[in-house]
Amino acid sequence: MIATRDAYGKALVEQAKKNKDIVSLSADLGKSTKSVYLEKEFPEREIKMGISEQDMMVTAAGLAHEGKIAFPSTFAIFTERGFEQIRNSIARPNMNVKIVGSHAGLITGEDGSSAQCIEDFAIYRALPNMTVLCPVDAVETTQFVEQLVKHKGPSYMRTTRNKVPVLYDKNKKLKIGKGEILKEGNDVVVIGCGPLVSEALRAAEELEGKVSVMVINISTIKPIDKDLIIKAAKQTDGVVTAEDHNVIGGLGSAVADVLSENYPAPLEKVGVNDVFGESGKPTDLYEKYGLTSKHIKEAIKRILKR
Amino acid sequence: MGEKSRIDLIKELEIKAKKLRVDALSMIYKAQSGHPGGSFSSIDILIGLYNYKLKINPKNPKWDKRDRFIMSKGHASPAVYAVLGDLGFFHKKEFNNFRQLGGLLQGHVDAKIPGVEMSTGSLGQGLSFGNGICFARELDKKNYGVYVLMGDGEVQEGQVWEAAMTASHYGLNITAILDRNRIQNDGFVKDTMVIEPLKDKWESFGWHVVEINGHDFNEILDTLDELEKIKGPKIIIAHTVKGKGVSFMENNPSFHGKAPNEEEMKIALKELGE
Repeated sequence: MIATRDAYGKALVEQAKKNKDIVSLSADLGKSTKSVYLEKEFPEREIKMGISEQDMMVTAAGLAHEGKIAFPSTFAIFTERGFEQIRNSIARPNMNVKIVGSHAGLITGEDGSSAQCIEDFAIYRALPNMTVLCPVDAVETTQFVEQLVKHKGPSYMRTTRNKVPVLYDKNKKLKIGKGEILKEGNDVVVIGCGPLVSEALRAAEELEGKVSVMVINISTIKPIDKDLIIKAAKQTDGVVTAEDHNVIGGLGSAVADVLSENYPAPLEKVGVNDVFGESGKPTDLYEKYGLTSKHIKEAIKRILKR
Repeated sequence: MGEKSRIDLIKELEIKAKKLRVDALSMIYKAQSGHPGGSFSSIDILIGLYNYKLKINPKNPKWDKRDRFIMSKGHASPAVYAVLGDLGFFHKKEFNNFRQLGGLLQGHVDAKIPGVEMSTGSLGQGLSFGNGICFARELDKKNYGVYVLMGDGEVQEGQVWEAAMTASHYGLNITAILDRNRIQNDGFVKDTMVIEPLKDKWESFGWHVVEINGHDFNEILDTLDELEKIKGPKIIIAHTVKGKGVSFMENNPSFHGKAPNEEEMKIALKELGE
């Protein structure tokens, strides 16, 4: 179990050793997003902006203008404090700025609804030029950071505060834009992202022998792996999406777009049902707000009845 | 530069100031859309910067040793385009397609245009961008200048003060110019949201502040020279007149973002010596 924010911090240091143009910016949450690791190694390349996300985002754009690869990071929710700046000064001119938002979703837990960002996919997905990522584990986070350094243009990557299971072997080659089949199956496909992928795998395991469930991890919310989604829909009787995000505008909506335009299929969305969260333990929040393997199993059963 | 040639230069810039006002207003008139007021309050500063101070190369807009100039008040684009077109960054025939579909010259300055560093149009962001360039310059151990022109209404944006704090905290060598024309979209700045005491605000944020008449080329050039010797963040509060140069536009809030009609255009051209 490793928190993806921790993997991010370590990967950033590794990449910074190889590429002198990597610069990180923090807004008084470097200890939380783990950009603090870079600060220890290369203090001059961690620019501390204080609590000023709008200024941070556009300063990152200015750095990118001069050929730097800028990684501004803060809590996912506070990246949104600079949303219009991201829209106009980063996405619109296609700047090489790699935004990292940690502590997203209800899994953030005790801090409560102010920090539990459940709309980041929706808003960043709507920006032209923007790549939107939610790596599922430490292996994928590490590889995504490496690929982001070479990637041209802006991106938003969501990381988790809490430790999450490592699903991939470290030698597995993962790629931005490509989904992965984690378990084969023919009755229903569950397409998940982030911590909900583990819940989906548990649901599939628990239904073993009764329902044949395919599980796909989609870590690139945009541009989404259309081919894999269409292929999976064709191979099964319907699709369940699972995410720690509002059911409006996130992975479920992105999958719905692909299906309705290409291969209409029954769809059930597991996610936060358009409500704000509250303080509590992540496991209790997942139970109360419908984000567990039990809820995924119920959605699978609903698909089979349709 | 000798005293005589300085006098000649100033005369030359004054003539240019009339000519480029005609170019800027003609763009707006043709498009029947655009912002004449803020273009005319800032154009003398722009002319001073581009024709005297900035190290630039119109044949190589991305020359890595160039001074960087950020037009944070991106709506005053006609003034910028007139100055860049005059220097040959792009062909003046582009003026005809200002704000038109498929044209190069966007409503607000855009980095796709040769000579424009940053796409703006959303106020309050230029200073942060300039700071970012300064950070990169320090990391790369280069020494070009970084200049940012802002509007006075623009400092109502909180981000300006975040950026002011950043520049001061890190002692960034950046020069801001504030076009103090006293009018914003909805009316006079003082009636919309008071920004005074402006000099005290910037000084308390750790900036070196000078105040000038933003239409006096002697003061503009002298101040730009003088500030080059001062380390850290510095700001020129340039007292200007919105719509400067055309009698009925001067100090008239209704010409913040309105094109002149046929009759008004005739009068304006006459007053500008055409």
